[in-house]
Amino acid sequence: MIMLVKRPQHSALFSALSPFIAFGLTLIAGAIVFALSGQNPLTALYTYFVEPLSEVWSLHELAIKAAPLILIAVGLSVAYQSNNWNIGAEGQFIAGALLGSVPPVMFPEWQSVLTLPVMLILGLIGGALFGAIPALLKVRFNTNEILTSLMLVYAMQLFLDWMVRGPWRNPEGNNFPETRRFNPSAILPEIMPASGRANWGIVFAIIAAVLVWYMMKRTKRGFDIRVQGASPRAARFAGIDAPKMVFFAFMFSGALAGLAGISEVSGAIGQLRPSISPGYGFTAIIVAFLGRLNPLGIVAAGLVLALTYLGGEAAQISLGLSDKLARVFQGMLLFFVLACDTLIHYRIMFSARQAKGN
Amino acid sequence: MEIFQSILLTIATAATPLLIAAVGELVVERSGVLNLGVEGMMVIGAVVGFAVSMQTGSPWLGVLAAIIAGALFSLPFAFLTLTLVTNQVATGLALTLAGLGLSGLIGELFVGQAGVRLANIHIPFLTDLPLVGRLVFGQDPIFYMSLILVAAVSWFLFKTRAGLTLRSVGDNHTSAHALGIPVVKVRYLAVMFGGACAGLAGAHLSLVYTPQWVENMTAGRGWIALALVVFASWRPWRVVGGAYLFGAVTIGQLHAQALGLGIPSQLLSSLPYLATIVVLVLISGNRRMTMMNTPASLGRPFVADR
Repeated sequence: MIMLVKRPQHSALFSALSPFIAFGLTLIAGAIVFALSGQNPLTALYTYFVEPLSEVWSLHELAIKAAPLILIAVGLSVAYQSNNWNIGAEGQFIAGALLGSVPPVMFPEWQSVLTLPVMLILGLIGGALFGAIPALLKVRFNTNEILTSLMLVYAMQLFLDWMVRGPWRNPEGNNFPETRRFNPSAILPEIMPASGRANWGIVFAIIAAVLVWYMMKRTKRGFDIRVQGASPRAARFAGIDAPKMVFFAFMFSGALAGLAGISEVSGAIGQLRPSISPGYGFTAIIVAFLGRLNPLGIVAAGLVLALTYLGGEAAQISLGLSDKLARVFQGMLLFFVLACDTLIHYRIMFSARQAKGN
Repeated sequence: MEIFQSILLTIATAATPLLIAAVGELVVERSGVLNLGVEGMMVIGAVVGFAVSMQTGSPWLGVLAAIIAGALFSLPFAFLTLTLVTNQVATGLALTLAGLGLSGLIGELFVGQAGVRLANIHIPFLTDLPLVGRLVFGQDPIFYMSLILVAAVSWFLFKTRAGLTLRSVGDNHTSAHALGIPVVKVRYLAVMFGGACAGLAGAHLSLVYTPQWVENMTAGRGWIALALVVFASWRPWRVVGGAYLFGAVTIGQLHAQALGLGIPSQLLSSLPYLATIVVLVLISGNRRMTMMNTPASLGRPFVADR
């Protein structure tokens, strides 16, 4: 039998170690999966987790994949710490992409230095407004925010599909379901075009992580968020406005997801399509937990999860392995992360039989 | 009138997987555990059911395999949340993400293949009765299983001692533990039952509703099932009403698409999801009723003191 004994105080050692143990366990499980599918586990792991890091251009690709994951996860960490379960970031990502795309799609002639900043701000607003819906429903009608935020993802995916096939379809696009390509003034620039494609999205992500770290550690707002999450009762006595906190959590995480959305569309893609995300909004949930809801940890975690996307592509090309493996790895990683977090608060004891009674 | 019967038949087919998955989750939640992995267990059931019936040629073996796969796939969730006392919300999400990934990997071998359909039952004379024959005596076997399941769960929860034990664990795990009830064991069994139901619901999708494998073919039905449990305020028979309401919305929007009323098909397709939100708003707005019926220990961690 496994028994848990609560630690008198949480273990700082395991707090730091648990993400690494989790990643190690994922690698071991991954090796077993590779062996089962008839591959040499070491070669496969190398292709998956090391090869993408060995060349400069692929480091740029890593940054492109990591940027949306970090941006979204940093926002989600704020929501989760205040006990607001926003799992609809995928929808808020699309909402930001759509509203932010209004200038380049509807007013393509408007090409100024202001175009891009306006798009980014619209992206933030779009994500925040769409995130406000589950918050409003939770505050006003007491609905479960997990279910409503997720249902809105499906609705928003269908809305994007309609927009790019209907009103916003490129008039000169041979009936392809996509909008017109954005003009150069609406494209998020690359940081170092000489060596690869990475754009300013990764810079936004790191700035956001640092700002959120500061907010959580050094401001009253951050303190309120943590009190609200740790003990809603204490928060009420401290005079923290709970409904306001719900709105803040959802609109803040929604805004960052929206910024990620418009950055992806104006950076990596350059137009709107029926599908603009390989599930970034959901993978970011894993990133948030792997980073232990700490913004700086999330930067590292975002890079790790981005690597699973790249590794998946590399393994598909050079080993003929399914790109679906990446999703399996991501799911396993989250399991191991959550399991290892138990070590922080509990000592695990093994006994032959459970003690009967007290 | 024949058209009326066929519409009712399709509604029943659309409602059945929701009903089965929701009743399973209802038992899990009655034991005090919130498993958000329904979507993941359901999609695993769908792919395993499809794969096994393709390999063996027997849809019945597929159904059996899906039930077992759903129950087994719920075990990582049970181990983490019950033995290691992890956060139930996050762990349930992990189960859904893992299930969607794993099913995509397994299903890759079967994409585009025509599946085997679990045949409707046919009783000579009775099935051929006009108006109601096919509705009452001619549906797929899982439809009948779903209704038996609801009756059985309702009887178990409210008429048996074991059901009382399960509900007591969900309402106050500390008291239940003090009375010597093995809280964790009861919850393990409940979670596995929920997994088995989700697996069966998935099998219905890939062996009856649309006999083929498409990635992510559950399309949010696991989440709608979770909403149905809230809608039904944790009472089995009310789930039937909710599931059939959603079946009607799903079929209604499909008919509207076929008629081509000039309404964008995407808007119609999003109706079941939007209806879920509306229903949640209507039910949850009534705070007193929700408070009265929600299992008091739902989602709360339990560690036995020694």
